[in-house]
Amino acid sequence: MHIKILGPGCKKCQLLLENTQQALATLGMDASIEKVSDYAAIAALGVMSTPALVINERVVASGRVLDSQEIAHLLLQA
Amino acid sequence: MDSFAWLNDQLLRMNWLSDLVRLLIEKVFGLDMASRLGGSLHFFIYDVIKIFILLSVLIFVISWVQSYFPPERTRRILGGMRGFRANLTGALLGTVTPFCSCSSIPLFIGFTSSGLPLAVTFSFLISSPLVDLASMILLASIFNWSIALAYVVVGIVLAVLGGSLIGRARMERYVEAFVTQHRALDLPVEQLTLADRLRYARQQVAEIIQRVWLYILIGVGIGAAIHNWIPAELISDLIGQNNWWSVPLATLVGVPMYADIFGTLPIAEALVAKGVGLGTVLAFMMAVTALSLPALIMLKKVVKAPLLALFFTIVVVGITLIGYLFNHFAYLLL
Repeated sequence: MHIKILGPGCKKCQLLLENTQQALATLGMDASIEKVSDYAAIAALGVMSTPALVINERVVASGRVLDSQEIAHLLLQA
Repeated sequence: MDSFAWLNDQLLRMNWLSDLVRLLIEKVFGLDMASRLGGSLHFFIYDVIKIFILLSVLIFVISWVQSYFPPERTRRILGGMRGFRANLTGALLGTVTPFCSCSSIPLFIGFTSSGLPLAVTFSFLISSPLVDLASMILLASIFNWSIALAYVVVGIVLAVLGGSLIGRARMERYVEAFVTQHRALDLPVEQLTLADRLRYARQQVAEIIQRVWLYILIGVGIGAAIHNWIPAELISDLIGQNNWWSVPLATLVGVPMYADIFGTLPIAEALVAKGVGLGTVLAFMMAVTALSLPALIMLKKVVKAPLLALFFTIVVVGITLIGYLFNHFAYLLL
């Protein structure tokens, strides 16, 4: 599983990253996490509001910080 | 109409709070309200509490409304429009779409690469930080409803005209090449439940309060100082009604400042109380919110100097004109 956190590196992106790591830990899942802060790359994925969460190349949320429960839910669906 | 006035006084202006703080100053601290210390303490405590209460309630409600207008949706709405109607809609949607300077770049790329004209994108970019529902209600709370509505109307007019002028200038070649390299994907708008929206609204309140509390304290502190410590003559000599340079000076001082409208309102309130023209004060507030150094630096990453300069000039000139206009016609509003 491949996860991307999109955002220029503001506080919200950091929070989303932490929540994602927590969700993975809770589920006992293993995934590679990539932080994407390049604007062109973010825009190429169609995202206009950051932070955004991408699981296996699919944008699952943008413009808000998901809590670890929501992320866990999305991870199980992926 | 009387019950509306009462609601306005108690809920928005919070006269009850002003009375409570007055009691605190007079009975507990034993200070005279007419004294400098008593007066500025009252201004500080009352304003800080009032702004924080209004801010929390407003951000909560507004974020909930905004969760219905993600930029993806705005882009889709704007994509089907042309000309003046597109500019006006862009400016209006700018008031309800959630905006933070850190996502202005992906937003700009997303709009431009999907084929929206520069005119519409800039109408949106001008109105988005300048006019929002929270600033309108706070203006109504500190001044009155006619001023709040006038502020919104001139803000929208500036956004529509500014965007149109930029469109006329045909500056597409001054957009950085990488912006239009990828055609933006059209993401489906997320389906959020009511619980999701409320959680988002709560997060926004916490996040915005964390970001702006210091600006508010500084703003109210400056306001309290202006209110009671700086002589009125000094202020009117510097930025009084009779000086032609008051409005441009207020605008230029405001431009590099990076603060929230919530921090500038108490300063505005104190300046108007000292007899500074309403237009001068509004020009300062608009300059602080619409343009800031960090925002311009961000924008520089996606547009080249000539376009950035045009955008900057149009907004500065527009704000200055609005300032003169308000100074001239303030008697109709106050």
